Order: sequence, then C-alpha cells, then structure tokens
Amino acid sequence: MTISVLRPGLLTTVQDHGRHGFQHLGVIPGGAMDPVSLSLANALVGNTADAAALEITILGPELVFAEDTLVALCGAEFHGALPRHRPVLVPAGGKLSIGRAQRGARAYLAVAGGISVEPALGSRSTYLPGRFGGYQGRALRRGDVLTLREDASMLSRQRFARLARKKGSSVQWRSPSPTLPEHEPVLVHAMPAQDYESFDSASQRAFFDSVWKIAPESNRMGFRFTGPSLARPQGDEILSGPTCLGSVQVPPSGAPIALMADHQTTGGYPRIAEIASADVPRLAQLAPGGTVHFARCTLETSVELRLDARRRLDAVLQGIAWELRG
Amino acid sequence: MQRLAAAIRAQAPAQVLDVVPALGGLALHFDPAFDGSVLDAANAIVEAASKKRLPDLGDLGREVEVPVCYDDEFGPDLDEVAKKAGLAKKDIPSLHSSAEYRVLMIGFAPGHAYMGGLDARLAVPRRASPRASVPAGSVAIANLQAVVYPYAISGGWSVIGRTPLTVFDAGRSRPSLFSPGDRVRFVAIDRRQFQEISEKQ
Repeated sequence: MTISVLRPGLLTTVQDHGRHGFQHLGVIPGGAMDPVSLSLANALVGNTADAAALEITILGPELVFAEDTLVALCGAEFHGALPRHRPVLVPAGGKLSIGRAQRGARAYLAVAGGISVEPALGSRSTYLPGRFGGYQGRALRRGDVLTLREDASMLSRQRFARLARKKGSSVQWRSPSPTLPEHEPVLVHAMPAQDYESFDSASQRAFFDSVWKIAPESNRMGFRFTGPSLARPQGDEILSGPTCLGSVQVPPSGAPIALMADHQTTGGYPRIAEIASADVPRLAQLAPGGTVHFARCTLETSVELRLDARRRLDAVLQGIAWELRG
Repeated sequence: MQRLAAAIRAQAPAQVLDVVPALGGLALHFDPAFDGSVLDAANAIVEAASKKRLPDLGDLGREVEVPVCYDDEFGPDLDEVAKKAGLAKKDIPSLHSSAEYRVLMIGFAPGHAYMGGLDARLAVPRRASPRASVPAGSVAIANLQAVVYPYAISGGWSVIGRTPLTVFDAGRSRPSLFSPGDRVRFVAIDRRQFQEISEKQ
C-alpha cells in the first residue's frame, strides 16, 4: 500500500499533532499548523486523532494511489482538488492533482489508517529545522513513495461501505473547516504579553489598531508582519525566556513576528503580545500577503475562546463518527 | 529557576506537557485539552513545589564530560579570542576546560545548551558578524557562557574547538547529550582521540 509522489508541491510534509514533553531539550511540539483541519480530515476517514496526514501548503502535490484508498482533504480550498471536507474513495491507480490554494493556505490530506512513517520522539510530524520526523525529516520530493498500513486498502473499503448517505465515490454531506478566513483582515485575538509595557504608547496602540500584512519570508517557524514599526524607548536587551505558540516577538527592526508551529523553544526578543490559542489555526490559514487585525482580549476571554472552539470541534467530530457508524 | 523546574518536574502535574526553564523565566506548557483555569492551576503547582524545600543545586542534573579538540582547524576563532582577551592562545584550552559549567537552558535548536560558568578571563562579546554555518559539535564561547552546536547552523559565538560527540539524535533513547541543570566539564583531547571517538558515534 503506497502513495507515489509525481509532483511534490511547494511544501508537503507529514504531520500529526506533534511531540510533547521535550521542550526543555529544545524540541518544539511542532505538528500541523492548523490542527483543527487535521482533526477533521482524520475523523472523515475514520482515523484516531493521532494518525499522521499530509500537510499541503499553497501549491499542492500530484499523487498516485497504488490501491483503493479512502482519503479526505480538509482546510484550504485548492484549485482542481477532489471534493473537500468529505471522505472520498480513490480507486487503485487513481491520480490526485492538487493545484494552487484559492482560499486559505494549508490543507490536510488524511488517508484511512494514516501515513506510516516511524515515529521520532513519539510523533510522526516532520520537524524541518531539526531534519527528523515525518518522511526522512524533510518535505516530500518527486519520486518519493509513502507507505500506508498494510491493510489500508481493506480498511478503506470497509470504512467507505459503512458510510451513510453515499453518492458515487463520495458522500452527499460535508464537514467544513471553521478555520478558513471568510474575509480579510482576519480578526485574531491577542493579549498584551510580559514586555508590552516596555513599548512606547504609540507602538502599543499601533499593534492593536493596524492592519498587518504577512511578509513573504514567513514559514512554519514564524509569520513576519509588515506594518508600522514598533519601538521600545529603552532598547535594553532582555534575558532569553521560554516562548509559546502564538507569542508575538519584536526584534530590533520593529517588525513583529508571530511564533508558529516550528518556532524555537526560547527567545531573546521582547514580546508585545500572545495570540489566543484558539485563533492560531486561523492565522495559520493565511498565506504571505494575507492581512490580520489583532483584537485585544484578556486571558479569561482567551480561555473561553479555546474551550468554545474545543466544544464545537468535539461536536463536529461526534457528528462525523455518527456518519461512519455503519 | 533550575531548582523550581526540577521540583515541578518531580510533581509531574498531569495537565502540564512541558516544563521549560530558561534564563529569563520558566514556562509550564499546558495540555490544550485542559479545561480548568490555567492561571489557578499554574499558581497551585508553583505553590506546591515551593512548599517543600527545593532540591539543592548540587543534586541537580548529571555530570557530563565533553571531550574537545582545540586544534586550529576546529577552533577558527582561537586567535581572535586570544587577541580580544589579551591571552596567549595556548592558555585558552586550559582556561576553558578547567571550569565546571551548568546547563542554564536549552534553546535555539534541539539540544543546543547554554552553559554558564565560563572563566571571566575568556569572556568576549559575540562576533560582529555571525557565520552562516558552524559545523556540528563546534564548541563556542561568548560573554560568560559556552555552547556546543548540535547541528551545522548559523552562529555568532567564537568557535574555539570541536567535540566528536553527537550532541542531539532524535533516534537515541536519550536524544540530547545535555539536559537543563546538568554540570558539564570539557576535557581536552588530541586529533587521534577525536578520530577514535568520532568513529564510535
């Protein structure tokens, strides 16, 4: 059971929900940039939450499936791709060509049984800066052959047979990702961080009042923003401290950087804000050129947003499990 | 910071996935599925840890011995450090390897340990322009700290030697040679020993 890579796309990597418990050794959890869409994709093919899928970025890959494979593509809308947000049975020898992203930046292609790569430090996620995890610690290239579970094709047919309300090789229902931007600028909640007060008042206002544009040199480690320059009256150096997914650092250039999935575990730049964790997956769906507005919130609001997003996702996952009950 | 981190780690609070000590703070990373108040939980954890006596610094971490070859080829900045520090070049290895270091924090890259304890006579500022790529295993110094580069990565510290040890390997049962709180000693070796140890890695 394999998937062959005819064209790798811009940055296609194996990802799951990341590796935890190693940050004190400098190893970040990493994992899917948009874990909500990954969870949906896994659920739609009947996988457990820990299965690994392909993260597809901005320009999609072209893949050939050796045998019948149940797949689901969730997240960003890509040109020419198969119907999104629903299970699709790709027949043996079937080719899947995913073009350019039309809306959003990242999609997740899950297959029944998951992508079988050897876990590294408890996760199948590709950690590009460390060159380990996933498929040989790197993004996919032309000619790569991904291995699936031995019984993946049997599993695919069984699970497809159990699906309710079928039509052809797919179903008549869909379960959309809630992380796709409806309109821009995307509203992202953020709270003032520990170094917020050290920025001058114009910079404090500018951070929450401006529309920020995502710069081209953004990647899985961090999103850089262009907009007004943020300044600290006393430009004193700070001690390196632990960082967090969604921390917004401001290097001496004055242009903020939001730390994304593969960020470093510690950092020595002052932090102006922390993005609410519920909103990080929505930020991850923006490509360079996309625009963001930061809405100031409290820690309490951020917790509410996270719990609310969790409850809504759980309800959707239960609904999908119901369709797959057979 | 190290003592508090060790005490919290010993408590092993279920909802905390990562305990990360750093120079400027200590992070508790919570399970995203945790549905209580993170602030209250963090306070309770720190309070419980501080109620008991924190572990002594002397009991923290392991002792790690790091063989270092200080040959010119491995230490391209030896001359520069000697000049900046006003020392004879031949004194650098002995000054560097006679101190005991403490891993203060791991960051920047997997296994990339920042160690305090450098002899003040060797304290030179970071180099004006960082190198685009420093070879894996390079031993470097800046200010009052020492580092060992786990991978070939960019870096602005002064490189004075190289260890043949593999600093980080995700496939190893103990992936990182260093952990926060470890006590580290550098031991000078020659080229032949470097070669022998390299081959065993």
